[in-house]
Amino acid sequence: MSTASSPLDYLPILLMFIVALGFVVTTMVASHWLGPKRKTKIKLDSFECGIESEGNARMPFAIKYFLVAIIFVLFDIEVIFMYPWAVNFKELGMFGVIEVFTFIILLLVGFYYMLSKKALKWEE
Amino acid sequence: MLGLTITQWLFGILSFLAIMFALMVVFTRNPVNSVLYLVLTFFCIAGHYILLNAQFLAVVHIVVYAGAIMVLFLFIIMLMNLNPDAEPRKHIVTRIIAGVIGGVLLFVMVGALKGAEQLQIVQGGPSQIGLVKNLGKVLFSEFLFPFEIASILLLAALVGAIMIGKRDTNTNDKDIINQ
Repeated sequence: MSTASSPLDYLPILLMFIVALGFVVTTMVASHWLGPKRKTKIKLDSFECGIESEGNARMPFAIKYFLVAIIFVLFDIEVIFMYPWAVNFKELGMFGVIEVFTFIILLLVGFYYMLSKKALKWEE
Repeated sequence: MLGLTITQWLFGILSFLAIMFALMVVFTRNPVNSVLYLVLTFFCIAGHYILLNAQFLAVVHIVVYAGAIMVLFLFIIMLMNLNPDAEPRKHIVTRIIAGVIGGVLLFVMVGALKGAEQLQIVQGGPSQIGLVKNLGKVLFSEFLFPFEIASILLLAALVGAIMIGKRDTNTNDKDIINQ
C-alpha cells in the first residue's frame, strides 16, 4: 500500500488552489465591471453594526485576546506532534504511549497552571 | 518547454513568488499589509516543502505559521499604538544600530550557507524522509529527548505568557482593601 510518494501527487491540490483563486478573482472582477456604481459619502462610510463609528481603527486593545491566542498556538503545537504518533501508533506500541503521555502530562501541568490562574476567565 | 520538467517550473515560479512577497513584506508601509504578505510568503515556502516531498512540514507550516503565528503577529501589531502622532522618532543612532544588527544577521546567514556546501545532495528520486510515517519513526526514537524537551519549552512559554499577560487579581484586591 505504501507506494513511494512524489511531489507530483500534489498537482490536484495545486489545481484546486488555482481554481479557487481564479473563481474569487473572476467573481470580483466581474462584479466590479458589471455592477452599477453609485457612490455616496454614506455608502462608503465604514460600517459597524449600524452604530456610528467613532475614533480610528488604530486603537490598542486588551491583552486578553492575545493571551487566548498564544495559549491556542501552544496547544496547537501539542496536537501537531500527535499526528506522527497516530500514524506510527501500532508500530511504536506501549513505548510510544509512554513517550507521548510524558509529553502530554508536562503540558497538562501548564494547563492546570492556566486554569488555576484563571487565564481564560473574561473578567470585567 | 525549455527542457525543464514540471517540478523545475514549479520550483522557479514558487521561488519567484516567495522572494517577491518577502520583498513586499519589507517595502510595504502598512504593518498589517506586511503581515499579510508574510502569510503569502509562508504559503510559497510550504509549496517548496511539498516539492521536497516533506508533506508533514508543509501542512504544519500552513496550519501553525500561516494560520496561528501570523494571527499572533497581527494581534501584536494591533496591541501597539500605531497612530502616526504616537510614532516614536527614529533617531540616527537607532538607525545605525539597526543597520549594524541587520548586517551581522546577514553575515551569520551567509556563514551558515557556507557550511551547506559540505552537505551531500541525495540524487535519484524524491526523498521519503519527510513523510509523516518516516518522520514519526525518527522523532520517537532517535530524537526522543529533544521531543520531550519541546514540551518543557511549550510549558515555559505558557507559564511565561500567563505571568506577563495576566494581572494578578489577588494582589489587586488586597491593594483595594488596604486603601
